[in-house]
Amino acid sequence: MQNDNLTSASERGPSDPRVRRPLPSWVSTTALLMPTYGWLTLAVFLPLLTMLVFSFMAATPMGKAPIVFTLKQYRAFIDQPYLIGIAFTSLLIGFWTTFACAVLGFLAAVALARSTFGKTRELLLILILLPFWTNGLVRIFSWTMVLRENGFLDTIFHMVLPDAGSIGFLYTRYAVVVGLVHGYLPYMILTCYIALVTIDDAIIEAAASLGARWWTILFKILVPMAAPGLISGAVLTFIPVIGSFMEPRILGGRVGVTMGTVIEDQFTQAFNWPLGASLSFTLLAVVLAIFGTFSGVLRRGTAA
Amino acid sequence: MTEITRRNTLKLMSGAVIAGAAFSAMPRMAFSAGKITVLNWQGYGTDEAWSIKAFAEKTGIEVVHDYYSSESEMLTKLRTNPGAYDLVVLNAARCAQATAEDLLQPIDFSKVPNAATIDANLRSNANFLKDGKGYAVPWVWGMTSLAIRDGMPVPDSYKVLADPAYKGRVAMDDDAVICVAAGALMTGQDMNNPKDLGAIRDALKSIKPNVKLLWSTEDQWNKSFAAKEFDLSLFWSGGSVRSKRNSKLPVDFVVPKEGGIGWVDGLGIPASAPNAEGALAFANWLIDPTFYLEWATKVGAPASSNSAALASLPADDLSRQVHKPEYLKTMGIMSALPDDRREAFNNLWQEVKAFYAE
Repeated sequence: MQNDNLTSASERGPSDPRVRRPLPSWVSTTALLMPTYGWLTLAVFLPLLTMLVFSFMAATPMGKAPIVFTLKQYRAFIDQPYLIGIAFTSLLIGFWTTFACAVLGFLAAVALARSTFGKTRELLLILILLPFWTNGLVRIFSWTMVLRENGFLDTIFHMVLPDAGSIGFLYTRYAVVVGLVHGYLPYMILTCYIALVTIDDAIIEAAASLGARWWTILFKILVPMAAPGLISGAVLTFIPVIGSFMEPRILGGRVGVTMGTVIEDQFTQAFNWPLGASLSFTLLAVVLAIFGTFSGVLRRGTAA
Repeated sequence: MTEITRRNTLKLMSGAVIAGAAFSAMPRMAFSAGKITVLNWQGYGTDEAWSIKAFAEKTGIEVVHDYYSSESEMLTKLRTNPGAYDLVVLNAARCAQATAEDLLQPIDFSKVPNAATIDANLRSNANFLKDGKGYAVPWVWGMTSLAIRDGMPVPDSYKVLADPAYKGRVAMDDDAVICVAAGALMTGQDMNNPKDLGAIRDALKSIKPNVKLLWSTEDQWNKSFAAKEFDLSLFWSGGSVRSKRNSKLPVDFVVPKEGGIGWVDGLGIPASAPNAEGALAFANWLIDPTFYLEWATKVGAPASSNSAALASLPADDLSRQVHKPEYLKTMGIMSALPDDRREAFNNLWQEVKAFYAE
C-alpha cells in the first residue's frame, strides 16, 4: 500500500496538487508536533532530567571526585526544619501576590474590555504591557527608590503631612509583594481580558434590564464567565512567584528569605547543586499537590 | 633596581634558553625560550599592556595569557593541561588544594629578590607551605571587616554587631563563609575550623534586631549606605576604598582586635612549567614597588604583599591607610574548606537567615 503510494507519487511528480491523496492523519499530526516536541525535549526535558539526576548525588560532580548517589538531599526538610518555615513564607507570599493580582487584574481587565473602544483600548493594552519592555531588575531597583525611607513615597507623603513619620516600607514582606504584583500583573490582566471580551454584551444588557445591580452583574455574570481566564492567570502567577528570588532579595532585605533565594544560594554560593535541585523538585511536588487538591474546583471553573 | 642588572638578565635568559633547548627535544612542546604563559582572571594586574611591554623590554621575556572565570576552572586547567602554563594566580585556599594534588612546584625564593620584603605573616601562611617549602609567592591581599559611618564611635570588637545601640542599623554580607567567620571571631574561635558551631549560630542570631539588610553586591552596599539605611556593616577593605574614593561616601574601615577576615592571592608555578625561570622573573616583577605603584595609582589594585611596595604608595593613599601592615599580624586567612564543613557553614547561615526573616 505504501509502495503504491510512493510509485504513484513519483509518477505524478511533486507539482500536482489536485489528485494528491491525503496522507494518513497520524503522519501529518506527527509532522506538525515534531518541532514542538523536539524542542521541548531538548530545551526542557533534558535539562530537567539532568537536574533530577543531580538531585540524587551527594555532591556537585566536579574534578575527579567520585560520584556518589544518595537520597539525603530529599531529607533536607527533615534535617533542616527551618526550611518548612521558609517554604510556608514562600507559599504565603505566592498566595497574597496571586490574590492581589487577581483583584487588580480582573478589575483592570473589566475596565479594558467593557468601557473602552478602538484606539483607547489599544493604547491601554500597550500601557499594560509596558512593564514587560523594561528589564525586571530595573523595575525592582526603581521600587527600592520609591519605597525606602526618605524615598519618593515619603517625599510625596511629607508634602501633605510634613511632620508625619516615614511610611517607607522597603525591606518588609509587603515590599516584596508589591514588587511581585507589579511584575506579574500583566499576565493576569491579559488572561482575564481574553476571557472577558468573549462575553456577549447582550447577556449583560439583559441582566441590567431585568434590574440587576452592578455587583450582581460582576459576581453573578462576569466573574463566573471569566473564571477560566482568572484561573490560568492565577496559575501563571503563583508558580513563578513561589520560585522568585530577585524580588525578595532586593526588596525584602533581612526578611527576604524564600525558597527561591535558598535554591539560588545553593547554586551560586554554596555550590551544592544536588541540594538546590532536590529543593526545586520538592517545591514542584508541593505545587502539583496544591493544584491536584484544587483540580476539582479548577475543572468546574474552566467548564463554566 | 639593582637586582635586574644586565648580567642577571643574561643569566636568566641563558637559563631559559637551556631549559628551552632541553624541552624542545620533546615533540609538541614548541615554545620560544623567552616566553611565559600566565593563567589568571582577566584584567587582574598581570595582563596590563604597559607592564607587559616594560617587562619585555627589561628581560626579553614575552608574557602571554590564558584566563579562567572560576577557581574550579583554574584547577581543572592545571590538571588537564600539563606543560601549558608557567605562572598561575591562585587564592591561598586553592593553593593548599593544588599543592596537595602536586600541581605546583616549590618556589626558589633566591630568584625572587623582591620576596625579601614580603610580609612574614603572609609568607609563612600554612596554605602556601608544604614540608616547610613555599609553593607560591604571596602577591596581593585584602580582607573583610567592619565598615562604619564616619563620626560614629570606632568599634574594637565584632561584638559591636550585636550592640543594641545599632538597632536596625547593621548590614551583613550575604556570604556564608564570611558570616560564619565573623561569628567565630565573635565567640573567640578559629574562623577556619570552629569547634562550636552552635555558639556561632547563637551569636549570629543575637544580631537579629540590628540587622537591616543583607547585601550581596558592592553596588547594592553603596546605594543603601548612601541612602543612610545602615551605619555599620561587614565590608571589604578594597570596597571601602572604592566607596570612599569613587562615590565619596563617609565610610570608615575598622579592623577590630579579633583581626580581619583575610584573603591572599599567590603566584604559583605549575609542576610542569616549561619556563620556571621566566615565571620567577615575572613574579618578582609583579611584587616590585615600581610596577605596584603604577598599578595601584593608575588602575587600582588590592594591597601588595610586599611591604616595600605598599610603602611606596603616597602616604595619603586610601588603600595604604586601609591596608595597614599591622593588621596582617591579627588577620586570619581563609583556608580551603573540606566539603562537609563548607556544607555545614552554608546550612548554618541559611538557618540564621531564616531566623532573621521570621
